[in-house]
Amino acid sequence: MSALSARALRKSYGALEVVSGVDLDVALGECFGLLGPNGAGKTTTLKLCLGLIEPDGGAIALLGEPVPRRAREARARVGVVPQFDNLDPDFTVEENLMVYGRYFGIDPGEISARIPALLDFAGLAGRGNAKIMTLSGGMKRRLTLARALVNDPQLVFMDEPTTGLDPQARHLIWERLRRLTQEGKTLVLTTHFMEEAERLCHRLAIMDRGRIIVEGSPRALIAEHIEPQVLEVHGPGYETWMQRAKTLAPRVERVGDTVYCYGDEIEPLLKTLSGELSYLHRPASLEDVFLKLTGRDLRD
Amino acid sequence: MRWVSVWRRNMLVWRKLAAAAMLSNLADPLIMLFGLGYGLGALLPSVQGMSYIAFFAAGQLCTATMFTASFESMFSSFARMHGQKTWDAILYAPLIIDDIVAGEIVWAASKAWLTGSTILGVAVVFGLASSPWVLLALPAAFLVGLAFAGVGLIMCVLARGWDFFSYYMTLVMTPMMMISGVFFPADQLPSPLVAVAKAMPLYHGVQIVRPLIAGGPPPELWLHVAVLLAYAAAGYAAAIYFARRRFSS
Repeated sequence: MSALSARALRKSYGALEVVSGVDLDVALGECFGLLGPNGAGKTTTLKLCLGLIEPDGGAIALLGEPVPRRAREARARVGVVPQFDNLDPDFTVEENLMVYGRYFGIDPGEISARIPALLDFAGLAGRGNAKIMTLSGGMKRRLTLARALVNDPQLVFMDEPTTGLDPQARHLIWERLRRLTQEGKTLVLTTHFMEEAERLCHRLAIMDRGRIIVEGSPRALIAEHIEPQVLEVHGPGYETWMQRAKTLAPRVERVGDTVYCYGDEIEPLLKTLSGELSYLHRPASLEDVFLKLTGRDLRD
Repeated sequence: MRWVSVWRRNMLVWRKLAAAAMLSNLADPLIMLFGLGYGLGALLPSVQGMSYIAFFAAGQLCTATMFTASFESMFSSFARMHGQKTWDAILYAPLIIDDIVAGEIVWAASKAWLTGSTILGVAVVFGLASSPWVLLALPAAFLVGLAFAGVGLIMCVLARGWDFFSYYMTLVMTPMMMISGVFFPADQLPSPLVAVAKAMPLYHGVQIVRPLIAGGPPPELWLHVAVLLAYAAAGYAAAIYFARRRFSS
C-alpha cells in the first residue's frame, strides 16, 4: 500500500482550473515535497487529498482509504500542519492539545498521557499553561506540529511548515521533521524553500499551473536538469563581458543586471572577469532547477 | 455524535469566562424586566388577567433567549469560523462541516437556554410564577434557542464581514420583538402585522411561555411547538447547505 496516491486529479474554481491532471505517489515512510510558485495549486492539491474539497475528476487513496468517500476514516490517521497557524486562542497550550485530541474521539486519559511527550517534542515542556497569545511564531508553529501528532498519525501533511520563521526556529523544525521520518512517519510537505526541500525530502515534485512538471530526488533533479556549476556576474561592463561568456559557457542567461552562467567547467570564465565585475561562483542548487522549470516571472 | 466535541469546546471556553458571560446575557434583560415591569406595571392594572410584570416576564424570557442564541450563533460562531479559523482546524480531524454546524447550533441553544431558565428562576423567586406548569418553560426556552440558533448560523455562514449581521438584527430581530407580543398583546396590532408575527418564531415562544407563567397549559401548544421545530429544522438544514458551499470553495 502506498501512503498516498492520486490519479488524474482535477479541480476548477469557476473558469480557472487550479489542479489540472495531477498524479502523485507517496510511499510509506517517505518525506515527499510538493514545490511550486504561488498559485501553482499545491494547497488545493493537499485539500483534495484530505477530502476537504471534492475533486472534479480523478481518484485519491489516502492510507488505503478512498477519498473523499472515506476521508473521515483516512483523516483519523493523518495529521495536518496548515499554512497559517489556527491554534485555538481561547485555550492554553495544553488545552489546545486536549481539545484537539477530543475531535478525534481519543479518550481524555490517553490524551493526557500523550501530552508531556508532545510538549517535549515541541520544545514547550513547562509551557503547558501558557496562553497562545504569549507564544513566539516558532513556538506556535511547533505547537501546531505537536497538535498534528495528537492522534499519532501515520502521515502528516504540512503546508509551508517554516514560512515566516527565523533561521533558529526553522532549523529546530527541520530537526523535528527528520525525527518524525526516522520514527517511520510519512511526511508530505509543500514549500517554496528549496533549501528545505533539498535537506528534508527524499523525493519531490515541482508543480506549476496546476500540473506536476517534474518529479524525483533532489539530487537527481539537479543532475538531470541543470549544469553543476553556476557563476553569477554583475557590475559595470557586464554586457560586454556577457558576449564573451557566451562563447565559453554552454548556457548564459541575463536577468535584469545579472548574468547567470551555467556549465561543467566555470574556471575558464573566472579568468576572464575584470576587476570591476562582482561575481558569485557556486554549485547548482534545486533553486536553479526550480527557476529554470517554472520561469522567473513573479506569480503574485 | 461527533458534534459533541464541538459543543464541548465552546462550553469549555464559556466556563472560563462564565461569570462575565452570564452577566452580559442576564443584566440587560433583567434590568428591562424590572424597570419596565414595575414602572409600566404601576400604570396598568393587569394585562390578560396577569400583572404587567408577569405578562412581560414571559415576553422577556423569550426575547433574552432569542438574543443569546442569535448573538452566539452569529458573532461568536463567526469569530470562530472567520477570525480564529477554529473550524478549519476542526475539519482536519475526522469531523465534517455538518458536525460543526450541529455543534454550534446546539451550543448556542444551550447558552440561550441558560439565559431563559435563569430569567425563569428570577421570575419564580419574585413570585411572578408559582404553578408547576412553569417547569415546561424550560424545554420551551431550549426550543426557542434552537430556532434562533439555526437562523443565526445561516447568517453566520453567509456573512462576508461583521456588518452583515446588522441587517438581520435591525431589519428582522428588532421589529419581530415589537410585534410578537413581548411588551403588549400581539392581537391588538393591525391584522396584517398579526399575520406577520404568527410567521415568526418569537411569537410562538411567547404563546407557549406566557400561559405557563400564568399557571396553565398553553392553548394550541402543538402548533407553537411545531412552528419552532420547523424553524430549528429548516435553520439547521439551510445552515448546513450554506456552510458546505462556503467551505467547498
